[in-house]
Amino acid sequence: MISSIIFITIFFFGAIWFTINVRKIRRNILLGKEIDRKDHPAQRWKIMTLVALGQKKMFARPIPAILHLFLYTAFVITQIELIEIIYDGAVGSHRMFRPALGGFYTFLVSFIEILSVLAFIGTIAFLARRNLLKVPRLVKSELNGWPKLDANFILLGELTLICFIFMMNGADEVLYRQGLSHAQNLNDGSLGLAISSHLGPMLFGSMSQESLHIVERIGWWGHIMMVLGFLNYLPYSKHFHILLAFPNVYFSNLLAKGKFTNLESVTNEVKLMFDPNAAVPISDGTPSRFGAKDVMDLSWKQLLDSYTCTECGRCTAACPANITGKLLSPRKIMMDTRDRLTEVGKNMDANKGVFKDDGKSLLTDYITPEELWACTSCNACVQECPVNIDPLSIIIDLRRFLVMEQSAAPTELNMMFTNIENNGAPWQFAQADRLKWSNE
Amino acid sequence: MSEALKVTTMADYLAKGEVPEILFWVGCAGSFDDRAKKITKAIVKILNHANVKFAVLGTEESCTGDPAKRAGNEFLFQMQAMTNITVLNGYEIKKIVTGCPHCFNTLKNEYPSLGGNYEVIHHTQLLQELLDSKRITIEGGSFKGKKITFHDPCYLGRGNDVYEAPRQVMINLDAELMEMKRSRANGLCCGAGGAQMFKEAEKGNKEVNIERTEEALSLNPDIIAVGCPFCNTMMTDGVKNFNKEQTVKVLDVAELIAQAKDL
Repeated sequence: MISSIIFITIFFFGAIWFTINVRKIRRNILLGKEIDRKDHPAQRWKIMTLVALGQKKMFARPIPAILHLFLYTAFVITQIELIEIIYDGAVGSHRMFRPALGGFYTFLVSFIEILSVLAFIGTIAFLARRNLLKVPRLVKSELNGWPKLDANFILLGELTLICFIFMMNGADEVLYRQGLSHAQNLNDGSLGLAISSHLGPMLFGSMSQESLHIVERIGWWGHIMMVLGFLNYLPYSKHFHILLAFPNVYFSNLLAKGKFTNLESVTNEVKLMFDPNAAVPISDGTPSRFGAKDVMDLSWKQLLDSYTCTECGRCTAACPANITGKLLSPRKIMMDTRDRLTEVGKNMDANKGVFKDDGKSLLTDYITPEELWACTSCNACVQECPVNIDPLSIIIDLRRFLVMEQSAAPTELNMMFTNIENNGAPWQFAQADRLKWSNE
Repeated sequence: MSEALKVTTMADYLAKGEVPEILFWVGCAGSFDDRAKKITKAIVKILNHANVKFAVLGTEESCTGDPAKRAGNEFLFQMQAMTNITVLNGYEIKKIVTGCPHCFNTLKNEYPSLGGNYEVIHHTQLLQELLDSKRITIEGGSFKGKKITFHDPCYLGRGNDVYEAPRQVMINLDAELMEMKRSRANGLCCGAGGAQMFKEAEKGNKEVNIERTEEALSLNPDIIAVGCPFCNTMMTDGVKNFNKEQTVKVLDVAELIAQAKDL
């Protein structure tokens, strides 16, 4: 009874805290400008099924893809068992679904156990890739400090979680064999789970009854506490991608990657330059900024992208600028956007929901012009991202602000602009000579 | 070997009261850059040979605005776009072939919402059409057994998912086509895109074109094939950097076809 109350209380507060944080992230994302990404729903469901659910783009790199698949499927399937754990915790029962589900229960939990072992192996491999093998994209400078810790926390947390599962099931198996488990005795002699029916007796076979009950309870409580802890850690972590990957892929850009947006505010101005009587929407008085200086100038999708990024670095590993030692890293563009947005969100929390100018901005305080000017706009980062994040669009929006609001393009580019304006070509050749090649 | 190029401007067609099949958008590089002019001429030779009734805008053509847009100057881009659209719509242009993937991408994707709606293809796609419809045929010959590797232009490949047209065209050469490790959707940029062509690279430890040329040269090709005048410049410079210009040629797909036909 007492344990039920404790469980319900912890679970309740865990769920509330998580909801509060998710709502904050949602509010932050909606600070972004409107953009229509709700067209073609059938195509969007399809791409979400293939890319998010089906992990299609992950398989460009088979080894991490398979390791990731272990963790991913283990995570998804474990949610089913969680229903029982929450039910048991709330009403004080033990393995409530086993008598009713019978063989299916054994199959399901066995399946989860096998996936957990695979996930354990995957996690060890991931820890090794980060900390021992030092795979280049996983040890780049933008990961120094918190991002590196964050990644290792998650992996260690997963290992701990899996250990708890096997403590719980393993000790319960030994107890069940002795007729001492709190699970209903079906006179079948064993819980019959694929891994713990071997692992349990091996690890805990010689323990006393009290110790076994303690181990089982530590496993059970440890497991559910890890789950709740993990859930509440997500909004503070890059690992939030496990939730946002799905909507982020759903709202993907469905158009050709080479197509950049045409700024409507510019179109209106240009139309007026060509024809002062042109019919353009009347401005509402607030002068809009050309391009992006801070996170609020970006679209909600670009902000959703930033929270979805799990810092895998495939974008950066494929970036021609980064490969050749330039400062630009598309991953850092996404991390900076998220970090600045988080800062803006905290600012709003501290000021009754209204952003108070803090004298900082995404451009210059987080992302420097040197990074932006190194981009070749080749779309390799966009192509690589397993969850269809678009760092290039942010780079271009920041460049637009530099050029159109601050006239801060590199000198050579200003010369190129002048040439286009005067000669209709990026070089200093006369437009009148444009057909000369035909009789040279 | 070569006869005089037959090039007719849109203005001439209009004066004669005729309508061409297609407009050839030459582009700034194709009009002014000495190396790229050879590609332009190769395209024209093929069009002449296939009796394609094409027009150019000549002095009425102007930069599409691509480099300005990629550099962040949306104003200049849209000024260029609207100027060009006025000319193109004035001539009631329906179909355009470009000699450059950047012009191709901009005209195809970024002009429609500004009022310029045309069917736009890249010259490798036109070559494929001409070969498929047998308007040009290639009997094996000068490239037989030559090792050729194709460098995907970003704005043709990733930008617009055109990977097969240049490869399908080159199959006709009877050459040995080799793929670099980073090809098609994983192709590595030559380093010129995003207006980098017009500025010094930012500080780093290597030039992008050197990285890419190194990869191409590791296959010991006779020819590095390209489909973009800017890639051509970058790869040519890269090959020179490794002192391989005597043994490795950088050629546009159009030049390969023109040479195979001895045009």
